[in-house]
Order: sequence, then structure tokens, then C-alpha cells
Amino acid sequence: MDDAICLTYDISPDDFTRAGEASSDVKKKLKQMGVGPEAVRKVAIAMYEGEINMVIHAKGGEIRVEITPERIVMVLDDVGPGIPNVEKAMQAGYSTAPDEVRSLGFGAGMGLPNMKQYTDSMEIDTRIGVGTKITMVVNI
Amino acid sequence: MTVRDVKDTLKARVLTGEDLLDQEVRSACGSDMMSDVLAFSKDHSVLLTGLCNPQVIRTAEMLDIVCLIFVRGKKPDDSIIEMAADRGIVVLATGHRMFSACGMLYGAGLRGGAV
Repeated sequence: MDDAICLTYDISPDDFTRAGEASSDVKKKLKQMGVGPEAVRKVAIAMYEGEINMVIHAKGGEIRVEITPERIVMVLDDVGPGIPNVEKAMQAGYSTAPDEVRSLGFGAGMGLPNMKQYTDSMEIDTRIGVGTKITMVVNI
Repeated sequence: MTVRDVKDTLKARVLTGEDLLDQEVRSACGSDMMSDVLAFSKDHSVLLTGLCNPQVIRTAEMLDIVCLIFVRGKKPDDSIIEMAADRGIVVLATGHRMFSACGMLYGAGLRGGAV
């Protein structure tokens, strides 16, 4: 599409303090573009949860965001352990996060369920020992 | 109610956002788990938490939370307060524990939103 805007972010692993910077930037840009507040909120929450996951579970990765007048597509591509049981991971409350992550306020087992709840579609492509690619779409 | 009413109810200190106290507050959420906040929080909310790290500010930012309240006498460091100031989020601090602080706000008429 001619009028698509693409943004790419490198997500560095183990840098919990900076986790969320990419989502924050996307949120700001969408607001500036005049995207409606409900869509901005959905994108911000879903991407932020995904970004946190990439920092705490994977070894970082890349997030690509494509913005068109109709929709916002987020592709979160990580180099990580993969998700052994996607069905379980999608259950609210199921978490494999270590205690250290819980003490930081995450690991409540709401990450993937939240991502699904706040997007119009979500696809998970995961390979054990290779990584996970999550594609989320929010319609405007 | 306004952020000022929240502050007065809890006899809280303002750590940043003294000029933003007249904003409207419609609901509240109390949690130390940020994913739970992301799942349940509503518009124009205040967030009560005992968690003191930059992700509290990020969570508030993503949800357009108007006011953060650190309970149990928690004191966030200057970099966290600065982050909130940059984003126009009011930060309050109270010595009350989570349960008491939530109860006081509930008693003053604030609600958590529908189940």
C-alpha cells in the first residue's frame, strides 16, 4: 500500500528499565497522526505486553509496525526459547515467568491473554529453540 | 471526583503534578501486578500500587492513567518521578496500606468499574 507507514524497533534483551520504549514511541506517533484514542490504547497495551515478553522471556528481537488508514499491524519477532504449549500460555493466569520477574510486577499470566483481548486478530508462530513471531492487527 | 479529592482523602503528598490536580477521576485500580492493571483498568483511572519501578510509569502511560498513588510509604526514586512528570502523570504518596487506601477512596465514592 502506498500510504503505509512502517516503523522498526530493535528490542534489547535483559534491559528491563528500557522495556516499553518502543511501545511508548508508537503510541506517541499514532496520537500525532490523529488515530482515534480507542485504537491507540489497544495498540499501546498489546504492543507493550509483547515488548515486555520479548525482554523477559526471549533474547530480544525486532518489532515492526505498519500503519495504514484501515489498520495497524504489529509483528513481534523474537529470538527466544519458543512457547512449548501455546494453548496453556493463552490461559489467563498461566505463567512460566521466574520469581524475579514477578517481583518486577509482571508474570501474572495475563500477557498473551491481554494481547488477544486488545487486538482484532493475533497469530502466534513459535518454534522451540528458535523463536516466536506474533502478528497482531488492530483495525482503525 | 478530582485528583485533588483523591489527594485530600488519602492525605497524600504530591511528588509531581501539582498543577494537574483538577483533572477528573472516574475509576481506580489497586495492584502490584502490572499485567492485571493492563487487563482491567478503565479510562480516567488512578492506580494504587506498592511497586516502585519504571514499568509502573510505562503501564500508566499506555493506559492514560491520570494519577499514580504509591502506598505503604513507598518512595519512588527521582528518575521515576521525572518520567511521570515528562508524561503529565500526577504522582502521590501515602503511608496508608493498599487495603486501607482503596477502602478510603471507595468510601469517598470512587469505584473500580464493572466486573
